[in-house]
Amino acid sequence: MADMDRDDLLSLYRQMLLIRRFEEKSAEMYALAKIAGFLHLYIGEEAIAVGAIAALRPDDYVISAYRDHGHCLARGSDPGKVMAELFGKATGLCQGKGGSMHLVDLAKRFMGGYAIVGGHIPLATGLAFASKYQKQDLVTVCFFGEGAVPSGQAHEAFNLAALWKLPVIFICENNRYGMGTPVQRAVALYENVAEAARSYGIAAERVDGMDVLAVRDVMRKVVDQVRAGQGPYFIEAMTYRFMGHSMADPSHGHYRTKDEVAEHRKRDPLVVLKETMLNQVHCSEADFKELEREVGDLVTAAVKFADESPFPDPASLYTDVMAED
Amino acid sequence: MLLSYREALNQAMREEMRRDSRIFLIGEEVGYYQGAFKVTKGFVEEFGPQRVVDTPITEAGFTGLAIGAAMAGLHPIVELMTMNFGIVALDQIVNNAAKIRYMSGGQLSVPLVIRGPGSAAHQLGAQHSQSLEAWFCHVPGLKVVAPSTPQDAKGLLKSAIRDQNPVIFIEAQLLYGTKGEVTEGEYTIPLGQAEVKRTGMDVTLVAYSKMLLVALEAAEQLSREGLDVEVIDPRTLKPLDLDTIVTSVKKTGRVVIVEEGWRFCGLGAQIADSIYTAAFDYLDGPIVRVTGEDVPMPYSRPLEDAAIPDVPRVVAAVKSACGVA
Ligand SMILES: Cc1ncc(C[n+]2csc(CCOP(=O)(O)OP(=O)(O)O)c2C)c(N)n1
Ligand SMILES: [Mg+2]
Repeated sequence: MADMDRDDLLSLYRQMLLIRRFEEKSAEMYALAKIAGFLHLYIGEEAIAVGAIAALRPDDYVISAYRDHGHCLARGSDPGKVMAELFGKATGLCQGKGGSMHLVDLAKRFMGGYAIVGGHIPLATGLAFASKYQKQDLVTVCFFGEGAVPSGQAHEAFNLAALWKLPVIFICENNRYGMGTPVQRAVALYENVAEAARSYGIAAERVDGMDVLAVRDVMRKVVDQVRAGQGPYFIEAMTYRFMGHSMADPSHGHYRTKDEVAEHRKRDPLVVLKETMLNQVHCSEADFKELEREVGDLVTAAVKFADESPFPDPASLYTDVMAED
Repeated sequence: MLLSYREALNQAMREEMRRDSRIFLIGEEVGYYQGAFKVTKGFVEEFGPQRVVDTPITEAGFTGLAIGAAMAGLHPIVELMTMNFGIVALDQIVNNAAKIRYMSGGQLSVPLVIRGPGSAAHQLGAQHSQSLEAWFCHVPGLKVVAPSTPQDAKGLLKSAIRDQNPVIFIEAQLLYGTKGEVTEGEYTIPLGQAEVKRTGMDVTLVAYSKMLLVALEAAEQLSREGLDVEVIDPRTLKPLDLDTIVTSVKKTGRVVIVEEGWRFCGLGAQIADSIYTAAFDYLDGPIVRVTGEDVPMPYSRPLEDAAIPDVPRVVAAVKSACGVA
């Protein structure tokens, strides 16, 4: 059962709020052309990254796809360095070479965002393989969309993870769409995408991805099992993307209705947690005001840092292509 | 009539699909989403979902399926959302599509077009900005086409669709919105024919796809400085129309080749080799190449700009080829 400690809930809320406000600001910065390329927002899905990562140790591995700001921030990366990366600045997490889709923060064991759908899932099994090989009691958590589940790379990775009992947790963020394609038109067993993993003997379950406490509860149980060597696990977190697929896609597009988006917005993960906090741990509106102020300041400072940072020196074009001898 | 590159492609496929019911289109978001870059606007409405097939994110799977369908007498057009994802399907393209006719002693054929945008757009990062034409050109059994104008895009795509071989048809995101005059009514442009896009006496400048536009701009600028540049667009990269290039070289004696792809083992190296072999005695100096830098594409704007050939670099290369400062 969820433990109802006031500070604990405030901290979870604060993390989700940071992601939300950070991304709203990113969208603004995109409109101002401070950020370019593809920008995929995680708005609506924050409870998954925050809930799942809250169940991890700092030395566990986390890897994700291109919709990666939430995972990176939930892992504790400096919002200023993340924003600077989105701006393409020299002070960014990857010195401007990665961008929104390719954030990496090794110090936080955030092993990266990857933009070839399905392509990072084998990498996750590799991270898990390495920790097992080195007899480290680490788990690897791999986030991906439901759109990656049919990909061959996912299936090959599932099989290897199961075959070798690797300590990896696959978290499918089922936001019901891959770009404009609803899951019903992409996954044969769309009512239960976890069957893809079960068919390889991987234990799986579904969780309400709008409820950060539910996500964390499931993860706490699963992380213990996986860390204890019981093999991989697959979690299907049911969620919804409130914004368009990327900044190039309007918030509802041709493929879904405004009403559908509005319906899902009623279960906004921030609202869901806030209700619990107001009702069960005596938080007041004043607490939320204070969080808004604090997070607002952080995001403002992140933008200021990114904006004032220099662009990379063109001479850095060839650095880090190869390891130095 | 004035058409965008995107509209020209749309017309080519539409006309061919009306003509021949064996032709069908398959790929991610080609139907109800109208194509990731809106090239297939109106297709699912006109031809229905049997002939305009939306797929899950399974490039290897649906490319393989299309190859099988081609072996059985259909004429598939596979849309890759971008050529980068063709890497996921590379096994199918290289080990199956390119070899099936040969391995079967000519019993089987694979009439198939695989099309989508290659090269960089703006700050899409390392996994979404690649120019991979040299990879495809390397493989016996494939034809490779990379048109630069709406007129060429339409005429060449129609020929590619009618061809009995697998044809890799490389478009460019930054070309989709460009406009040009397109012949009214039915026409085709044969594969394997270069075109002189601008005549000149002093130097031959070879460029294709997006780089053709850069080359033409450079030629314009150089003409104001007194250099008369002949610009040739091979249009089809394989088979390469060497005759047209050599005819020009015999006239000018100097050659510059521009490509956006990586320098090492890039297509320009092959074109230079072919020219040296066919017309060495006509050259007044070494062939000069302008290429993308040998680095994964960085996200940050100044670094990305540094990595891609531009007008000043082409101008400088032409001057150096002509021995003027
Ligand atoms: C191999 C590959 N094919 C296609 C794409 C283009 N693409 C980017 S995101 C996406 C949809 C992915 O949907 P899903 O996995 O559900 O993740 P979500 O965007 O919903 O988080 C597609 C088709 C890609 N990046 N990689
Ligand atoms: Mg999805």
